[in-house]
Amino acid sequence: MAEGIKDKVAIIGMGCTKFGELWNKGAEDLMVDAFQECIEDAGIEKKDINAAWFGVHFEEQSVGKGATSLALALKLPFIPVTRVENFCATATEAFRGACYAVASGAYDIALALGVEKLKDTGYGGLPGGPGLMGTKNALIMPKLTAPGSFAMMATRYFAVYGLSPEEGKRMLAKVSSKSHYNGSRNPKAHLRREVTEEQVVNAPIIAWPLGLFDCCGVSDGSAAAIVTRADMAKKFRPDPVYVKALQIALSSGEELMYTKWDGAHVETGYRAGVLAYNEAGVKNPRKEISMAEVHDCFSITEAVTMEDLQFSPRGKVKEDIEAGRFNLDGEQPIQPDGGLKCFGHPIGASGLRMLYEMYKQLQGKAQMPERQLKNPKLGLTHNMGGFPAMNIVSVAIVGL
Amino acid sequence: MVGIKSYGAYIPRYRMNHNTIFGAVGFLGTFPTPGEKSVANHDEDTLSMAVAAGIDCINGLKREEIDGLYLATTSQPYMLRQNSAIVAVALDLQSNMRTADFIGSSKAGTSALVSAFDAVKGGTSSNILVCASDCRLSKPGGPQEHLYGDGAAALLLADDGVIATFEGSYSVSYDFPDRWKTSAEEFEHAWEDRFIRDEGYAKMIPEAISGLLKKYNLNIKDFAKIIFPGIYVREHAAILKRLGAEPGQIQDTLLDKVGDTGAASPLMMLVASLEDAKPGDKILVASFGNGSDALFFHVTENIKKVGDRRGVKKHLALKKELASYEKYLAFRNLAPMDMGMRGEMSLRTPMSALFRERKAILSLCGSKCKKCGTPQYPFQRVCVNPDCGAVDQMEDYRFSDKKGVVFTYTGDNLAASIDPPAIYGFVDFEGGGRFWFDFTDCDLDSVKVGMPVEMAFRRRYVDEPTGVYGYAWKATPIRA
Repeated sequence: MAEGIKDKVAIIGMGCTKFGELWNKGAEDLMVDAFQECIEDAGIEKKDINAAWFGVHFEEQSVGKGATSLALALKLPFIPVTRVENFCATATEAFRGACYAVASGAYDIALALGVEKLKDTGYGGLPGGPGLMGTKNALIMPKLTAPGSFAMMATRYFAVYGLSPEEGKRMLAKVSSKSHYNGSRNPKAHLRREVTEEQVVNAPIIAWPLGLFDCCGVSDGSAAAIVTRADMAKKFRPDPVYVKALQIALSSGEELMYTKWDGAHVETGYRAGVLAYNEAGVKNPRKEISMAEVHDCFSITEAVTMEDLQFSPRGKVKEDIEAGRFNLDGEQPIQPDGGLKCFGHPIGASGLRMLYEMYKQLQGKAQMPERQLKNPKLGLTHNMGGFPAMNIVSVAIVGL
Repeated sequence: MVGIKSYGAYIPRYRMNHNTIFGAVGFLGTFPTPGEKSVANHDEDTLSMAVAAGIDCINGLKREEIDGLYLATTSQPYMLRQNSAIVAVALDLQSNMRTADFIGSSKAGTSALVSAFDAVKGGTSSNILVCASDCRLSKPGGPQEHLYGDGAAALLLADDGVIATFEGSYSVSYDFPDRWKTSAEEFEHAWEDRFIRDEGYAKMIPEAISGLLKKYNLNIKDFAKIIFPGIYVREHAAILKRLGAEPGQIQDTLLDKVGDTGAASPLMMLVASLEDAKPGDKILVASFGNGSDALFFHVTENIKKVGDRRGVKKHLALKKELASYEKYLAFRNLAPMDMGMRGEMSLRTPMSALFRERKAILSLCGSKCKKCGTPQYPFQRVCVNPDCGAVDQMEDYRFSDKKGVVFTYTGDNLAASIDPPAIYGFVDFEGGGRFWFDFTDCDLDSVKVGMPVEMAFRRRYVDEPTGVYGYAWKATPIRA
């Protein structure tokens, strides 16, 4: 049996830029901003870093291929730098690379940094392009966009659990409204305005049944982490945050091409959750996970993820949403920083942005005191990249 | 006996009333007669309609017996790249066959028929599918705009089991310059209407018909139905009168319901007449365009055994009005429409990949696992059934003729589309298999989870820089 990396790696510093439509900042600016906050927080110097992992998804929109853009922007002194890309889990994959590097003993201190400069396309939404199927995309893929592919999961969820579109949209409105409440209390968030359920329900339709406020923002941003071997961590700070689990799962094709998948859940989300709970020794996620930042690219994604991660029983998330379980003052706060909903989703940065919030919450350092949760023990982050029928999900669990 | 073994037709779902056209561009001085015309959807063209008519025609028949496909049209999408070969691959026909394009004249449909009959009669082919299809572009406000309609017909010609025997033909050919278009031009030119009518239509059709009657020693009264394009309504009646035909022998020209469908027109009328034909009926068909071909058929007892065909009748009945002339302009790309920056990104077509994957993309074939029986799309080497996982145990499996149900769907306003929202979703096929597809010929309000759908071959995109029309299969509500 593999041991996993529970308590073998610690985060000793993190940085995160403000996310938003940063017309006056390029990817290089964002990398420098996130990195400077990160090493100041870690109390180390650039020369102390042995190796770096760099995440960016749409390289054609910003920095180009390879990892040289990070090395050049930060002037890293001829150290190993590796670029990773795995859809929306790209930043978590950069973090995973850095964690495995120090856990293996290959390096003492490693950097993980993710960045995405999305707002240089000239249109709303994510950049179009070859997307999921590469060369075959033009030949075989329908006119799929991100909101459309997740809207199909909402349609399916409503059909499977017998919700009318009105009931379904009302449930989802509570998800978005909750995240806007949290985001409005976070100075680093892109969208900082509260929205009512009525506003969410009545917003223009982007992809039926999802409306404007069911969709996360599109923004630029960067986030970074410095990790080290757990036994060295206290040398750097009194309150390092330990990695308890770090797992990913990918679609096998079964969801897209076989007829067993119900379309109302994300199979990889469930699988990655199980892998992570095993690694972390979590028996009852609904009770043991204090808080989570999950991949709420769309309201339906967050709702379904609550079930995939076993925070809510299958088909029952509506009851938990209505009971306020996931609110900032609820039993299991979700998206305490405002989530993708309010941060937007600069793809290569999102996973590390989520970890940044968990890290700060665990240390009791949430930026505005009213967002600080009481004594959280375990925080979970979750990214889902691709479409519900064909995707990657990453799950990370961190704690003190 | 050589003859017609099966028939099929296709008429697009959209119809536009001539008054809609008049309301928009009547100020230019055209005065359409009452009626409506069929309008191809934005994702339809000559080839997609030819495929639809072909599917209707070969429904329930053995595709592997077809050894020829002729396509007749005056609006072929490709000048170079055989259009009939694209239709053949879409129909998933064998590669050991003849394909040929008959183009350049509205008599191309009958010319293809005569040539195909010669080949079957001569014994070089035994089953030739002739598809005639036209989707002609006309200048806004011009007389052709309300005259031309979009449609297709398909006839399977064979040497046994025919529903109507081919008895003979008579052709006349003239370099008659009624309409013309160079290869560099988008729109056709036409000489004065009175010249076309009096010097061409009123002379060449009677010449071909009279020639046929004389050659085979026939009397006009022998025919149950007499078919020729009705582009000049009064002259159409006058010709029949001069020939000595009775009103009961006149086949409806579809002019006020579909419009003039060019090369497809006489074949669509022939299909319509076969739908009502009785054993023993004789049918005369003539075309018009740079002369005329006249053919005649003798309906056999087998006419009673033709399987379920949508033909002209069912397609005529199922329609939706296109009330917006502006939308018609957008569908035909006759006015530049703003699709946003997202819509300006062009899809590039990797032609070698298209050829390699042609069975998946153009024939809609996937694979079926010989070990567990799971159909899967597209072709997989490793079985997708998690309890199987067999490697290289696959056989080809065609999905284009399978019906399915909507597993889930959406109407997407973000996706660039000339007719938003872009509707797409997952289809679960009868017998197994699931994939995602664009949906077409439907309205968002009418789509439901569990709704039955079938597959339709459509033009999915235009890759302008590369000069490629991209085709793919879409899901559509079952029309009839």
